[in-house]
Amino acid sequence: MWLCNSSIGRKVIMSVSGLALILFLTFHGCMNVVALFSAEAYNQICELLGSNWYAIAATCALAALMAIHIIYAFILTFQNRKARGNNKYAITDKPKAVEWASQNMLVLGIIVCLGLILHLHDFWANMMWAEIAGVEHDIAPTDGFGWIKYTFSNPIFAALYLVWIVAIWFHLTHGFWSALQTLGMSGHTWFLRWKCIGYIWSTVVMAMFAIVVIAFAVCPDILGGAGGKVVPFWM
Amino acid sequence: MAINIDSKIPEGPVAEKWSNYKAHQRLVNPKNKLKLDVIVVGTGLAGASAAASLGEMGFNVLNFCIQDSPRRAHSIAAQGGINAAKNYQNDGDSVYRLFYDTVKGGDYRAREANVYRLAEVSNSIIDQCVAQGVPFAREYGGTLANRSFGGAQVSRTFYAKGQTGQQLLLGAYSALSAQVNAGKVKLYTRYEMLDVVIIDGKARGIIAKNLVTGKLERFSANAVVIATGGYGNTYFLSTNAMGCNCTAAMSCYRKGAYFANPCYVQIHPTCIPVHGDKQSKLTLMSESLRNDGRIWVPKKLEDAKALQAGTKEGWEIPEEDRDYYLERRYPAFGNLVPRDVASRAAKERCDKGFGVNNTGLAVYLDFSESIQRLGIDVIRQRYGNLFDMYEEITDVNPGEKRATVNGMDYYNPMMIFPAIHYTMGGIWVDYELQTSIPGLFAIGECNFSDHGANRLGASALMQGLADGYFVLPYTIQNYLADQSIWPRISTDAPEFAEVEKATEERIQKLMNIKGKRSVDSIHKELGHICWEYIGMGRTKEGLEKGIKLIDELRKEFDTNLFIPGNREGLNVELDKAIHLDDFITMGKLIAYDALSREESCGGHFREEHQTEEGEAKRDDKNFFYVGCWKYQGNDATAPELIKEPLEYEAIKVQTRNYKN
Amino acid sequence: MAEKVLKSFTVKYWKQNGPKDAGHFEEKVMKDIPGDTSFLEMLDILNEQLIEEGKEPFVFDHDCREGICGMCSLYINGTPHGKTERGATTCQLYMRKFNEGDTITIEPWRSAGFPVIKDCMVDRTAFDKIIQAGGYTTVRTGAPQDANAILIPKEDADEAMDCASCIGCGACVAACKNGSAMLFVSSKVSQLALLPQGRVEAARRAKAMVAKMDELGFGNCTNTRACEAVCPKCETIANIARLNREFIKAKLAD
Repeated sequence: MWLCNSSIGRKVIMSVSGLALILFLTFHGCMNVVALFSAEAYNQICELLGSNWYAIAATCALAALMAIHIIYAFILTFQNRKARGNNKYAITDKPKAVEWASQNMLVLGIIVCLGLILHLHDFWANMMWAEIAGVEHDIAPTDGFGWIKYTFSNPIFAALYLVWIVAIWFHLTHGFWSALQTLGMSGHTWFLRWKCIGYIWSTVVMAMFAIVVIAFAVCPDILGGAGGKVVPFWM
Repeated sequence: MAINIDSKIPEGPVAEKWSNYKAHQRLVNPKNKLKLDVIVVGTGLAGASAAASLGEMGFNVLNFCIQDSPRRAHSIAAQGGINAAKNYQNDGDSVYRLFYDTVKGGDYRAREANVYRLAEVSNSIIDQCVAQGVPFAREYGGTLANRSFGGAQVSRTFYAKGQTGQQLLLGAYSALSAQVNAGKVKLYTRYEMLDVVIIDGKARGIIAKNLVTGKLERFSANAVVIATGGYGNTYFLSTNAMGCNCTAAMSCYRKGAYFANPCYVQIHPTCIPVHGDKQSKLTLMSESLRNDGRIWVPKKLEDAKALQAGTKEGWEIPEEDRDYYLERRYPAFGNLVPRDVASRAAKERCDKGFGVNNTGLAVYLDFSESIQRLGIDVIRQRYGNLFDMYEEITDVNPGEKRATVNGMDYYNPMMIFPAIHYTMGGIWVDYELQTSIPGLFAIGECNFSDHGANRLGASALMQGLADGYFVLPYTIQNYLADQSIWPRISTDAPEFAEVEKATEERIQKLMNIKGKRSVDSIHKELGHICWEYIGMGRTKEGLEKGIKLIDELRKEFDTNLFIPGNREGLNVELDKAIHLDDFITMGKLIAYDALSREESCGGHFREEHQTEEGEAKRDDKNFFYVGCWKYQGNDATAPELIKEPLEYEAIKVQTRNYKN
Repeated sequence: MAEKVLKSFTVKYWKQNGPKDAGHFEEKVMKDIPGDTSFLEMLDILNEQLIEEGKEPFVFDHDCREGICGMCSLYINGTPHGKTERGATTCQLYMRKFNEGDTITIEPWRSAGFPVIKDCMVDRTAFDKIIQAGGYTTVRTGAPQDANAILIPKEDADEAMDCASCIGCGACVAACKNGSAMLFVSSKVSQLALLPQGRVEAARRAKAMVAKMDELGFGNCTNTRACEAVCPKCETIANIARLNREFIKAKLAD
């Protein structure tokens, strides 16, 4: 199968899985923003994505996508290290055009994974998993809003999440155009366009995540709409 | 004369000779081709195209090159273009006209039949290259574009930016690669042919040095083709690549192949001048610069002195004190006279003390007038890459305005000087491109055949590819036709052992000199001698002195050479020493030929033989022949001159005139 | 014009006796080198001095010294071919770009695909093998139709020319942290894919060349763009995108 045994094929797998994950992040980010305005609406979404069969199936697919992306990242890195050989240059001068993120995708990816473990532990285990396994907590599994409030009330967690978000941002700024380049949808003009679109896209998506974290860490009490009335957090 | 030279020119009028030949030559049937091996030495335009074509026909080809890849051959550095008689521009071009221009450009010293064939196959070359994916320049309508070049009244030069040689070579290299993939060509890179093996009077193989392991290896075949380029590096400084050498050609010469017209050496007028004694090579600036650049030196000797002392710069000399000597001497052609004429004129000025740099060996090429007329943008569009290249090397930007005096803008002029560029002489071959040794063929710059005493721009690429794609693959069959009945010759044959032993002894001799001087230091000295006495302006006394000095240098080489490192393994200095050994012999051969040719023609200028205006004066009565030199068993004995008379039927021999 | 002269600087060059040897740096102080000396001429001088001392010279590949043959291949101060404003090969680098007192570090191309033969001379036959796998149009000598029979838009011909400018020096592989040969391969695939003559075999070519590149152990491209930044002929990763496109298209059509 060319997807597994050719260099371009392996990269196609990375690209497609990566793009799918970007899409997921985009939805996730949009969903999070809802929490700023309405606890009720947010919890409704949480319920929708609770322990229903379709949500579980989608979660499994997502996990598979993630796993493929991670496994291939390691395979590619291993192969590339081998291709590069053991002899290191005494001096290397990084050209200006080479972005830091592009050379550190694996490191960024590992940070993203660590963040993910934290995230799964904080939210997914307490929500979807708690529902499936029937674990009891003070906050109900369907009360996503409550979990957000609880988690980011701890400033250390908030800070860790922000670091995580920055890492994902770096990862995406390269990943976005790189994926399209690998799929052959680039060229002299589209390269610049994709890069620009990629920067805007990842910044917007990551900003959506970051705003939620910051807002819940700084002023949790004015969020989520008091008494069901939608009151934006800045009011 | 005891030896009669048979150039095997076919019967019939010149325009029908090649068709006649092809119609009557012997061919090798497909099955027998599989039994026949051909060695091709060299992977430049001629070598790669020949190896690819022969492999494709079914022969088993062994292809050798000294570099790490066939794509590095020095054909790659050709800039300008390739000529063909396509007449795409509807300017009246024809095969005959290309033939005529080439013969005239060669100062009537080329073999008519060969040149006609060259012109005839030129069109097929373009077709072939386009089919290979060579990205020639095109018009907006999608057809091929042409430019004009020196020595012609039509636009017949096809080009790919300023990298035509590169693109043609990569085309031939790709064809070669396809045959390697098909298993028909076996490639030996970083191998150098050191000698040819002759069995029963026929070339049957070579001894080659594996440059990485240092070992000598034997290769046998039914025919040997050498395509190893010219001997320009005899002069040390030239536009040739560092690795270009004449060792393979010299080994053939020493085995009895005649060396023809060695004195025909082309000196290119527009090279960047020598800047110091540490320089390793000269860089060519495209001839096209002469379309808009004006060549000059100061009128006043004191200005020249100031320039040489560095107290003045070129742009400071006002218009009225400049001597545009080409425009002055050749009003009709001006700055666009042929290469040999422009080179000699520059030398004449510098000899009189008008040189413009610290060595006194440079003239100016000035764009002030054309920039003022056309604007810097137009000029940059035409020559931008050359300006950049010039600035990279010299740190002077020819597009930089320095002053405006009386409405006249003064820009930095470029400095140029002639340099050794191409060698028209080479191994003598007959019409079939076979040397005087049966089974040994020579193609491309390596042979002498098509350019006479001077080569026109954009003709070298044409000749290399013509030989490799369209001539040799036919003519070699005429020789190979009856070779398949013989069993393959084993490399264990005593003749192989003998030649290998002699080669090893030669190497050991060099290693054992253990003197004090490096190869380069002796080579530089050889270069100085050759440039001084066997260069642009030759005299009887100078040539005799040159020969004497080369003899002395030979002694120095034989007794005081130092090669560091070991015989085994990769030893760059050893390889250079072998080349130099042959360059010294070559230098003397050039001198012998130049001495015997008591006339001036094309790239060979004998100061005794010039008109009152200082132009070359040919002597068709006494020197209308190809000078073939036969080795006499050792380097010390003068070779024997054998003459191949030239016979012209289609063209009337005239005096070249570029004045009006 | 007063030409700059470098009174003194240090050259730190890599010595390695064959692919198995560990290799080490050696140093030499160079004195009074004029600025208009080319980098390779400076090394010629260095070698002359070594030979005078009875030592073996420093070995490196070089040939045309005009920036076109692709033979020269030195990794200078952390950049293949040394750092220049315009794309240039090692042989087009001049000493005026350096300063008094500099230490100039010279290393070979370091990549598993290019084993060291000696010192800074590396074996790049892998590139030949990739071209042999499919970097051509299959056409018999003497068989083609007239050169003008197929019209090619000027833009396509020009773009193909840009792709064809690759000199096969290997700087792209040398600079790549993945040891990937994609820029080299894609330049050839692009040149031929852009021309009607090459389109016929485009799918076959893309598959064959990529397969050979993989087989020879070159790495996977991760789009860091280090290759195009150091390419002396300014090849771009637009070629790589085109190769990806050609390859994926070919595989999907299978």
